[in-house]
Amino acid sequence: MSRYLARPLVSRYLSSVSSHPLHVCIVGSGPAGFYTADKILKAHEGARIDIIDRLPTPFGLVRSGVAPDHPETKIAINQFSRVAQHERCSFYGNVKLGSDLLLSELRDLYHVVVLAYGAESDKDLGIPGESLSGIYSAREFVWWYNGHPDYSSLKPYLKRSDTAVILGQGNVALDVARILLRPTTELASTDIARHALSALEESSIRKVYLIGRRGPVQAALTAKELREVVGIKNLHIRIKETDLSVTPADEEEMKNSRARKRIYELLSKAAAAAGTSEADPDQRELHFVFFRQPDRFLELDERMGHVSGVNLEKTILESVGSGKQIAVGTGEFEDLNCSMVLKAIGYKSVPINGLPFDHKKGVVPNVKGRVVSHPLGSLSQTEPGLYVCGWLKRGPVGIIATNLYCAEETVESIREDIEEGVCKSAKAGSKGLIELLEKREVKKVEYSGWEKIDAKEKQMGSERNKPREKLVTWDDLLAAAN
Amino acid sequence: MLFHKLSRLGSRIVKELPRERHFSMCRMRILQRSYGQYLPSSPMPQRQTMSFQEALFLKNPKFSTSFSTTSEKSGEETEKINVIFVDKDGEEIHIKVPVGMNILEAAHENDIELEGACECSLACSTCHVIVMDTEYYNKLEEPTDEENDMLDLAFGLTETSRLGCQVIAKPELDGIRLAIPSATRNFAVDGFVPKPH
Repeated sequence: MSRYLARPLVSRYLSSVSSHPLHVCIVGSGPAGFYTADKILKAHEGARIDIIDRLPTPFGLVRSGVAPDHPETKIAINQFSRVAQHERCSFYGNVKLGSDLLLSELRDLYHVVVLAYGAESDKDLGIPGESLSGIYSAREFVWWYNGHPDYSSLKPYLKRSDTAVILGQGNVALDVARILLRPTTELASTDIARHALSALEESSIRKVYLIGRRGPVQAALTAKELREVVGIKNLHIRIKETDLSVTPADEEEMKNSRARKRIYELLSKAAAAAGTSEADPDQRELHFVFFRQPDRFLELDERMGHVSGVNLEKTILESVGSGKQIAVGTGEFEDLNCSMVLKAIGYKSVPINGLPFDHKKGVVPNVKGRVVSHPLGSLSQTEPGLYVCGWLKRGPVGIIATNLYCAEETVESIREDIEEGVCKSAKAGSKGLIELLEKREVKKVEYSGWEKIDAKEKQMGSERNKPREKLVTWDDLLAAAN
Repeated sequence: MLFHKLSRLGSRIVKELPRERHFSMCRMRILQRSYGQYLPSSPMPQRQTMSFQEALFLKNPKFSTSFSTTSEKSGEETEKINVIFVDKDGEEIHIKVPVGMNILEAAHENDIELEGACECSLACSTCHVIVMDTEYYNKLEEPTDEENDMLDLAFGLTETSRLGCQVIAKPELDGIRLAIPSATRNFAVDGFVPKPH
C-alpha cells in the first residue's frame, strides 16, 4: 500500500522543495486547457498557471460549440470558473499565439507550455463546386448561431428554398439539423445569438437531409442526441427501411460496441414509427440518408455562383480488415436539390510557426502529450517543456469528458519530466508575459473582465427571458470587459 | 492504515482548491468538512459539523428526508455503509456513506477526485466508476436509457461501469469497491481486468 503512496506524495511536494515556482502557460481555455490546469494545480503545490485564449471569453467550445438547447452540457463551466479563480491561476483573454506573441517567447517565459487550442478549421471534401455560396462548414454555422465574434456576420442563406443538406451524421450534424428545424419559439428562450434567432424566424427551411457515406451501424452520432431528435414534437423522421439491413460485418461491429448496437436499435425504431405518421403541409422533416457520398455540388445558371443541389453517388460497404468497413462508390448517381449545404465532416487543427505538425492527421505529433520534435523522425525525441492536450493532441473526436483523461495523461508526462529535472532554471512566468503584452499594447482581458461580460450578457438576457444575450462583436466584448 | 489517513489529512490541509463545488452539487446544497470522520480522536468535534448541517437543513426545505436523519440531535444516526474507492494511484480510500446519498456526492464530501462536470444532469460521463465486484454490480438498480446513453461514451467503459451520480447508497451495497478510471493506470496490475464492452 505504501509503495503506491510514496510516489504521489513525493511529487506533490517536489516543486515546493525547489527554489522557484513552476511557471506554466496553457494556450486555450476550453475543457482541455481547464482540466490540464486543474490537474497541475492539484499535483504541484508550487505551480503558477496562466491560461491564454485568443478570444476575450474563456471556455472554448463549451461556450461556442455546445448547442443553445443543451444548457446542461454547459454546466461544466462552473468547475472551469473555479479553476480560473484559483489564486495560483490567471486567465488572459484577447491574447493570440502567433500574432501577439511567438511560441518561442512563451517557451522562454515558462517552464511548461501546454498547447490546448483545439481545432479551428475544417476538413475539406475536395470536390467540384465546394466554393459555391450557400455551402458552409458546420463549424461556421455553429459559431454563427452561438455568437462567436468571428462569424456574427455570416448571414447564411435560409430563405432560398425549403431544403438544406447536411453532409455527415455526427453529433454536430444533429445539432445544426435541430437548430434549423426546431420551432423558433423554443429557441427564443435559449442563449442563441439574437441575429441567428431573427434569421431562423424568417427561414424557409423545412426539410433537412443528413447524408452519410456508410450505413446506420457506422453513423457517428450518439444515442442521447438521436433519442432527443426522435422525440421532438412535430418533427417527422424519415429513414428508408432498406437502409437498415445489416451485413455479417455490421453484426460484428455491433457485437463489439454497445454504443453502435443501441444506436442501430434507435434508428430502426425511428424508421418503423416514421412509416405511420401522417403528412402535414407545414411539417418539418429530418431525413437520414445512408450509403451516399457527395460527388460534386450543383449550380443553377441563373443563381450566379450559388449552390442548387448535390450530386450523390451510391455506395456499398467493403471490409478492410480488423472489423472496419469503408464506403466504396458504385457508379450510380442521383441529384438532391437544396439551397444550403452544411459540411459536418470533421474539424481540423491549425498549425503555427515553430510547432511540429502532422498535416495528414491534422494534429501535433506527440507521445503521451509530449510534443515530438520531428514528425517524420524518431518518436523518442521530444521538445522539452512543450506539451499538447485535447483535440490538438488527439484529433477532433470525443466529448468534454474525454479531455479529463487526456489531461491526466499529459499532466503525468509533465510530472515525470519535472522529476527528471526539466525545470531547473528560473523563468519569468506571468511577470514576463504581462511585460511583453504591455510592450506590444495587447489589451488582455483578465478573468474579472470576463465577469463583466458575463454579468452584462446575463442582465441583457433577463430582459428577454433568456439565460444570457451574448455579445457577438469584438468591439462589444472588449468594451464590456473594461 | 493510520499513516494512510494521516497523509490524506495532510494533503487535504495543504490543498488550496476551493470546495464551493458542494454548494451547487446535485441541488442538495450540503457543505461538510469531513475531517472529523477520518480521525475519531480529532479535536474537531463532529457535532460542530452536524449543527451546521442542521442549520442548512432548517433553512432549505429541499433537503431529502434521508439527510434530515444525519442530525445527531435526535440521538439517532442514519445507517451508513462502507464504500471503498480505488483511485488512479491504486490507493484505497475507505469512506462511510449515508444511505440515500449518491456516490458522486459522497466522493466530493471525502475529497475524492471524482469529477462531476454536469452536476448530476446526466449530460456527461465524468463521474464514471467501475464496480469492482460483479456481485455488487448486480445489486444496483438497472441503469436508465439516459444513463446508458452517457455510459456509451465513458472512457474505459467496462461491463460493470456505472455513473457515480446514479448509484445511491443502500444497505446491500455495504463494502462495495469502486475504481476510478484512469488514463495512466493499468488496472490489470492489481489483478482486476476490465473487460471492454
